[in-house]
Amino acid sequence: MTTPVPASAPAQGPTLLDAVRLRRQEAVTSGLSRRRRLLAVAVALVLFLLAWELFKWLGGDPWRLHGTVAGIQIDYEHVPPFQFALASDLALPHIWSILGAFPAPYQRFGDPTWLVLVGAATYTFKEAFVGFVIGAGLGLLLGIFFVRYRILEQAFSPYVVASQAVPLITIAPIIVIFFGNAWTSVSLIAAYLTFFPVTVAAMRGLRSADPRAFELFRSVAATDRQVLTKLQLPASVPYLFAGFRIAAAAAVVGAIIGELPNGLPDGVGGQILQASQYYVTGPERLWASIVVAAALGLVAVGLVWLAERLVTRGRYRSAEV
Amino acid sequence: MTRGSRLRRALPPLTVFLVVLLLWEFGLAALNVQQFLMPRPSVIVAALADQAHILWDATLYTLTEVLGGLLIGGTLGILAAFAAARWRLASEALVPIGIAAASIPIIAMAPIINVWFTADSPVSRMAVVTVLIFFPIMVNTMRGLTQVDPAALELMAACAATEAQVLRKLRVPNSLPYIFTGLKVATTLAVIGAIVGEYFGGPLAALGIYIKSEAYQFRYNHAWAAILIACTLGIGLYVLVLAIERVAIPWHTSSRQEVI
Amino acid sequence: MSEPVVEVLKASKTFGAGEGALAALQEIDLTIRAGEFVSLIGPSGCGKSTLLRLIGDLTPASTGEVRLNGKPAAQARRAREYGIVFQAPVLMEWRTVQRNVELPLEISGVARAERTERATAMLRLVELSDFAAKYPWQLSGGMQQRVAIARALAMDPALLLMDEPFGALDEMTRERLNLELMDIWRRTHTTVVFVTHSIPEAVFLSSRVAVMSARPGRITRLIDVDLPQPREAATRNEERYFELVTAVREALHQGGADEATAAAEGLGTGASTGEGEEDAAARIRAEGYA
Repeated sequence: MTTPVPASAPAQGPTLLDAVRLRRQEAVTSGLSRRRRLLAVAVALVLFLLAWELFKWLGGDPWRLHGTVAGIQIDYEHVPPFQFALASDLALPHIWSILGAFPAPYQRFGDPTWLVLVGAATYTFKEAFVGFVIGAGLGLLLGIFFVRYRILEQAFSPYVVASQAVPLITIAPIIVIFFGNAWTSVSLIAAYLTFFPVTVAAMRGLRSADPRAFELFRSVAATDRQVLTKLQLPASVPYLFAGFRIAAAAAVVGAIIGELPNGLPDGVGGQILQASQYYVTGPERLWASIVVAAALGLVAVGLVWLAERLVTRGRYRSAEV
Repeated sequence: MTRGSRLRRALPPLTVFLVVLLLWEFGLAALNVQQFLMPRPSVIVAALADQAHILWDATLYTLTEVLGGLLIGGTLGILAAFAAARWRLASEALVPIGIAAASIPIIAMAPIINVWFTADSPVSRMAVVTVLIFFPIMVNTMRGLTQVDPAALELMAACAATEAQVLRKLRVPNSLPYIFTGLKVATTLAVIGAIVGEYFGGPLAALGIYIKSEAYQFRYNHAWAAILIACTLGIGLYVLVLAIERVAIPWHTSSRQEVI
Repeated sequence: MSEPVVEVLKASKTFGAGEGALAALQEIDLTIRAGEFVSLIGPSGCGKSTLLRLIGDLTPASTGEVRLNGKPAAQARRAREYGIVFQAPVLMEWRTVQRNVELPLEISGVARAERTERATAMLRLVELSDFAAKYPWQLSGGMQQRVAIARALAMDPALLLMDEPFGALDEMTRERLNLELMDIWRRTHTTVVFVTHSIPEAVFLSSRVAVMSARPGRITRLIDVDLPQPREAATRNEERYFELVTAVREALHQGGADEATAAAEGLGTGASTGEGEEDAAARIRAEGYA
């Protein structure tokens, strides 16, 4: 009886257990992991930029360095060994060309490009912010009603899900004409993309409280309103912030997309559209606009993250939606 | 679920659908809303029949872009997730980048991608879709591969399972529901991505460009017909993923019932 | 005396290092022979689960040695010589009940036909044959835990490790599963190491109870449970059962304070039913404890 079933060849190489042990050890030294992660991201970014320039070095356009520095004549010419279509200066400008686009004047003798782009980003941020506030408010209300009234959830939740499958940009030009005001319509489009993650987060959060806590409230004959404000909403805070983080990114995307079809030149989306039309004469400006758009998204999500830290101050565990 | 209860579940949303449709058809006229901007459903259906030929071509074209992008982006995202789950260092760098990428309006890359692959080629929009869905798919897959019950890992260790066995018998099945979550997000993003990509150029027989040019010429009934198709495409693909999910991982879907 | 299956020799376990180091187990000595049913009982944090993981080589000992069937624990684990049941059933939700039981056999590369045969036999053993094609979520908690037991026994292991397997179940289900486990143990002659924090459960099931104390984790007392076999529902009404429950409880309460006595007794010289314990047992009976 002490003979086990044919123990086929014992496991070779590092087995799972080693990995489990490794993870345990790492858990002990988790204080370091935050710094390590930052380092890993930084390394990945540097590698990405190096790969970019390496690609251009191998197959980009030829360039030469010509001039006199400190009395020394420099004349260096680089002729890449290959010709990749994707590595040309038009398809993929040098990183320094993109960086160089920021201080260059936007128009002849005008403001520098970075100032114009920051102005555009501020404009888009306002649109996104208004859209976020409207969308998040609507999303929260929908979540509360869906959780409170099951029939509403049954009737409308399929449409709430379906609404996210609608390529809203298609209706954007009509929304613009409908509301007359382009600014308002862009915010509405941002709101449309914002509400869904908040609704989902609110529903999860409002239902997340301990069932026994609901019984406790029942035992003291709390009103529905008291259950909502003293139990369900406080319990949903970490969920809501997780939803807000997604929603903030969506609001920026919505604002940028919303600007495309109505030709508003004041925002980042308008800048991208404009720069893409003049791409052949100056590809760097489009790249610069995209860098600003990316920064705008990161700032928006970063602000929500900051708000979360201020509001929760370690009182809650972070949630994932 | 019995047939009766399924019907009872379908009844409230169906009611909403009919009420909205009727209000749109008869209510908007009574409210004196500009008809040319928001034509009645019957007018849209008529336009659909009238423009059937070009709309069919446009739908096929855009659908090709969407499906091509889904295929390429999905494959790349899943492969990257496996690589990242395999090499810890890669995952430490990729996860934060993936999360940051979710905050970036990647769609802004569309015009540049159009330059890379020339705007006339559907490959352009496939690339837009690929870039758009790569990170959601990768992040979800990685979650599925790494967020495994620690006790299940101990069980595998007690059975002296190899890393390959743990991957095949635990991590991969565990990741399937997560992959489907990623795919659901990806389908809606893919349709939006393809149509936004078309805004920056492409042939006329593409849904995005058709809508843009018809709206520009104030033929809103035509534009609405195409919008209707675009919406159906987005919702249809989403429902398709749901259906595949039901067949592929019944153990997961049948134990859950909520829509959201 | 029969062969030793588990030999723990001066094994210690320390988590972490330096200032924050936590001594979970200190110089544990324990020998478990074939066919024994040994329970590890103690307050939370006494390291009973850690000791179980040491035996299963799921975590390495810091110092000392653990041997299974005369082999180092790591070697025994690779040869798949024990089965394990956790507090949670840990079933794969994508596998049917049958295929969950087959999992360890699959991992060891057992051929399909034999796999099916063995899993079917194990499901019959835990009386779940009718549920072979069901998915875990369709089963109750108690049934899921029986599937986990079937899975642990699928390899026909010499040793079964159980980590509070019934801890999450209600009292009635727990008592029924205790009876079933006794039945399975009798029929398979498997050696069992059983972690629990329930005194009645430990006494009812075990042939020996190892009482542990915390900070650092040590075995303070080994109590022989000389209740007659087979154990049945009626066993719980026997006077000797109450005496032993009391003895274990006393040992638990003395815990750290009784260190010297435990050492003097050479850790496990058998059932020590001293006077005090007798008295306490009588008192409890008088108070109507049942």
